[in-house]
Amino acid sequence: MEAKEIYQRLKDAFQDDILEFNAEVLQPFIKISPDKTEEIAQFLRDEDDLEFDYLMCLSGLDLGENLGVVYHLYSMKFNHKIVLKTEVSKEQPNVNSVADIWRTADWHEREAYDLLGINFVNHPDLRRILLPDDWEGHPLRKDYQPPKSWHGIPVTLANEEEQDGANE
Amino acid sequence: MSETIDPGLRNNVLFTTMDKLFSWARQGSPWPITFGLACCAIEMMATGASRFDLDRLGMFFRPSPRQSDIMIVSGTVTIKMAPLLRRLYNQMPEPKYVISMGSCSNSGGPYWQYGYHVLKGVDQIVPVDVYVPGCPPRPEALIDGILQLKEKIKNERIFSKKG
Repeated sequence: MEAKEIYQRLKDAFQDDILEFNAEVLQPFIKISPDKTEEIAQFLRDEDDLEFDYLMCLSGLDLGENLGVVYHLYSMKFNHKIVLKTEVSKEQPNVNSVADIWRTADWHEREAYDLLGINFVNHPDLRRILLPDDWEGHPLRKDYQPPKSWHGIPVTLANEEEQDGANE
Repeated sequence: MSETIDPGLRNNVLFTTMDKLFSWARQGSPWPITFGLACCAIEMMATGASRFDLDRLGMFFRPSPRQSDIMIVSGTVTIKMAPLLRRLYNQMPEPKYVISMGSCSNSGGPYWQYGYHVLKGVDQIVPVDVYVPGCPPRPEALIDGILQLKEKIKNERIFSKKG
């Protein structure tokens, strides 16, 4: 199925929760609202003519003002692909989890939570996956400042700031 | 005097100091702990395998810190790993030595300035005896580092330490 047809199917089923469609880019994407990701994912996976049975990748982004989540979906049966995007504000970064629909999403969402602080609502086990459990902050955010030390172990160079200035 | 000594002993007795004897014995079989962290560990494994053959230097990788003399820190030391590395070092019996292998464990390597997750040199948490440069160092470079360490151990003064 072409991206435009997939978009039509979603638009008919979810109306206002489908925010934008762009087929001009290499990988056509559909923008959806963050509190309906679960229903839309369920729909895409279970409809007989869509059957997106494979979540190829789930990534988190820092877009400056907002945080974003991107889903790359693939159907083994029909050999068609689609990209879903969603955006949330940094103050309330709540996105509905799709971990119950594609098990792949479990660890991917934990990574996005760990590094960007996106809160996946209804995730079965939302813990940090890479960093230590008691780490503070989310390092892939653009405004992140690493701590000076962690349990007495120096994290940043003591004179890093001066060196930063010298390089600029 | 010389008549009273068994002439056969003339060819079988040598005099040395305890310092030299013990140091010689120590440098003869420095057993490293099996401890690999990143891509440097692949080079370390290659060094241990048949082509470069660490066995000829008297080295066997030991699966326990209790049986080890050397820790080869081979790879990127993340901050999450740092306490565990220090614990392994603490569990090793004296005398113990550390070889820092590769740019990451020497200084943080490519994560030196902007890496929030990498220790800026393993010498921040354990004392290092030999630094081996490279990214990763070839087995020859690691062997050179080991030979340097052996030289260092050989010249140690165990009994006649001052102070």
